[in-house]
Amino acid sequence: MCAVETQPEVEDMLQSTYYREGFYTELSSDTLSKGINVQVVRAISAKRNEPEWMLEFRLKAFKQWLEMEEPHWLKADYPELNYQDYSYYSAPSCSSCDSAPNGESGSDDGSNEFLTEEVETAFEALGVPVREGSEVAVDAIFDSVSVTTTYRKELQKLGIIFCSFSEAIQEYPDLVQQYLGTVVPPKDNFFAALNAAVASDGTFVYIPKGVRCPRELSTYFRINQAKTGQFERTILVADQNSYVSYIEGCSAPMRDSYQLHAAVVEVIIHKNAEVKYSTVQNWFSGEEGSKGGILNFVTKRAVCEGDHSKMSWTQSETGSAITWKYPSVILKGDYSVGEFFSVALTNGVQQADTGTKMIHIGKHTRSTIISKGISAGKSQNSYRGLVKLTSNAEGARNFTQCDSMLIGDECGAHTFPYIEVKNPSAHVEHEATTSRIGEDQLFYCVQRGISEDNAISMIVNGFCKDVFSELPLEFAVEAQKLLSISLEHSVG
Amino acid sequence: MLEIKDLHVSVEENAILKGINLTVKPGEVHAIMGPNGSGKSTLSATLAGKDDYQVDSGEIIFKGQDLTELAPEERAGEGVFLAFQYPVEIPGVSNKLFLNTALNEIRGYRGLEPIDRFDFEDLLEEKAQLLKMRPHLLQRSVNEGFSGGEKKRNDILQMAVLSPDLCILDETDSGLDIDALKAVSEGVNALQNEQRAFILVTHYQRILNYIKPDFVHVLYKGKIVKSGDHTLAHELEEKGYGWIIDEE
Repeated sequence: MCAVETQPEVEDMLQSTYYREGFYTELSSDTLSKGINVQVVRAISAKRNEPEWMLEFRLKAFKQWLEMEEPHWLKADYPELNYQDYSYYSAPSCSSCDSAPNGESGSDDGSNEFLTEEVETAFEALGVPVREGSEVAVDAIFDSVSVTTTYRKELQKLGIIFCSFSEAIQEYPDLVQQYLGTVVPPKDNFFAALNAAVASDGTFVYIPKGVRCPRELSTYFRINQAKTGQFERTILVADQNSYVSYIEGCSAPMRDSYQLHAAVVEVIIHKNAEVKYSTVQNWFSGEEGSKGGILNFVTKRAVCEGDHSKMSWTQSETGSAITWKYPSVILKGDYSVGEFFSVALTNGVQQADTGTKMIHIGKHTRSTIISKGISAGKSQNSYRGLVKLTSNAEGARNFTQCDSMLIGDECGAHTFPYIEVKNPSAHVEHEATTSRIGEDQLFYCVQRGISEDNAISMIVNGFCKDVFSELPLEFAVEAQKLLSISLEHSVG
Repeated sequence: MLEIKDLHVSVEENAILKGINLTVKPGEVHAIMGPNGSGKSTLSATLAGKDDYQVDSGEIIFKGQDLTELAPEERAGEGVFLAFQYPVEIPGVSNKLFLNTALNEIRGYRGLEPIDRFDFEDLLEEKAQLLKMRPHLLQRSVNEGFSGGEKKRNDILQMAVLSPDLCILDETDSGLDIDALKAVSEGVNALQNEQRAFILVTHYQRILNYIKPDFVHVLYKGKIVKSGDHTLAHELEEKGYGWIIDEE
């Protein structure tokens, strides 16, 4: 996800558009017909040979989902979705192979039979290293299934579990049962319930006590098929005194209809452990006048279970038609630390309603929120954040800084901070600014010979510097590039 | 090098410049003086190509080209540089990155390869020394938290690095104390050569004690009402603008 090399034929296809990842891979696939009901949930479970407890989990969630309502309180408009019009399972299949796909590891390097030639070509075009040799370890997810997990064996020697969610269900059922749904229970919200019912695949990470993960772990999500939802579930557990840096990237072909991405991420951090979770989100954002683009309705939550544990979310959100996402931290352990660094850029007709929740329960817990929202074109960009300090949270502190930048005069930036303080010894600070890229700033740059596009990208990157410096290096570079591409022609 | 012929400019439908004629040759230093509201800053902004400055008639010929047909960044590529009255701050963008980007874009416009990173470092160091800039200012964000004098000196540093043919200084002396004024003037003098022309736009004569102009023009109500050599500036200092205006 860091490299930008694309193959010539892909390059040709992309010449006409700003969305480099907008190509579609033709391949044979095993796709469930559209629609959702109990049979579909059972079918998904059966396709993966899941144990009874997992099927139970799904069916219970499905029942809850049926009684819930699609949320429309966010500051973004979308029509009520027809959930019968999506397919809930699609896996690439190899037309020339004999064996039926069953999701089990095929070869030594962590890949399985879903990693067909076509899939590999697609990931290569995206710059995702699906074979070992790159610095980062990758779990690559194509539509509903994980196609490979690199460095799995090497990491296993240290006791680190890095595999797809479906493999974890088979191989580590006790661990999965111990943590699944504990941070984001199915009944948490509409999309979390839907995810629990039809969860396709995802990544499972377990870092054992005292281990510092030697590689960055990553997952790359690719939605390829039309009218297919992607519902991955990621579970990341950092046991006592461990550390891991985890990164995720995503993209999808350009299409003229909304595609649904409803993921759930659960992170559990034990005593003295630290997790750094970075996201560079570049889902197809749709185009004006069409109904295309990804609806990115995601629930991400971490719990700092143990004392002195630390969770850090960093996100760079440039894609999606609508983003609805609030990576949160429940600070249970005393002296635990939560961080949220976010850049959210909207252009065209994109809508984003994103932010975080910091729930302080433990004593002397600390949280930092730095959010940079950039709106251009006719987009709407909202920050929505909750800082809650419970009565038990002696000496807890929060610092929040929300900066918005407007480019042009047809876009909007909104801030909805919610603060609840139940302990008098707590400190909460909130700073917010809104600025517009000034004509004066632009003129200053162009007078020095810098083109307007480059000037905007430079000014915006400068604005986001505090957040980008939190991303792993190659990812920061990628995020800056995406920002520049997304910003092209954002002024008249 | 620069020939302005009967230039009429309006801003938001208000006529500001009403027939400017000016010829600038390589190596010359021209001072444009005048009371507030005479159109001095409009002239600099128009030469640089700022939006909203509408050229109604007349010509601006720079090195044989009609400048009015070029975008501001193209004018910069051609070698037009404007030192601002109020240099803007760009938070988060380092001075060095800004200069490197600008230099490479201008080089690109001229069909040159981007400058080698080490050559750029050397160039920057040399120019910073020439202007007696403290090195740490190069690492800081463009003009952010700079004093008034540092901002102006930073503009002159950009001028030194980008090496333009025509340098327009728009009230660069405003708001500077005497030490800063001296430092900025020394910088400008160091950059003078046979190929490079300067237009100093100023309200006060005092900068002309440090940078000696070859020609002084008095702008009043959108026209050049009097031109002379540097002695005209002294005359203005003594008598003010009143006597010229009365002659009109």
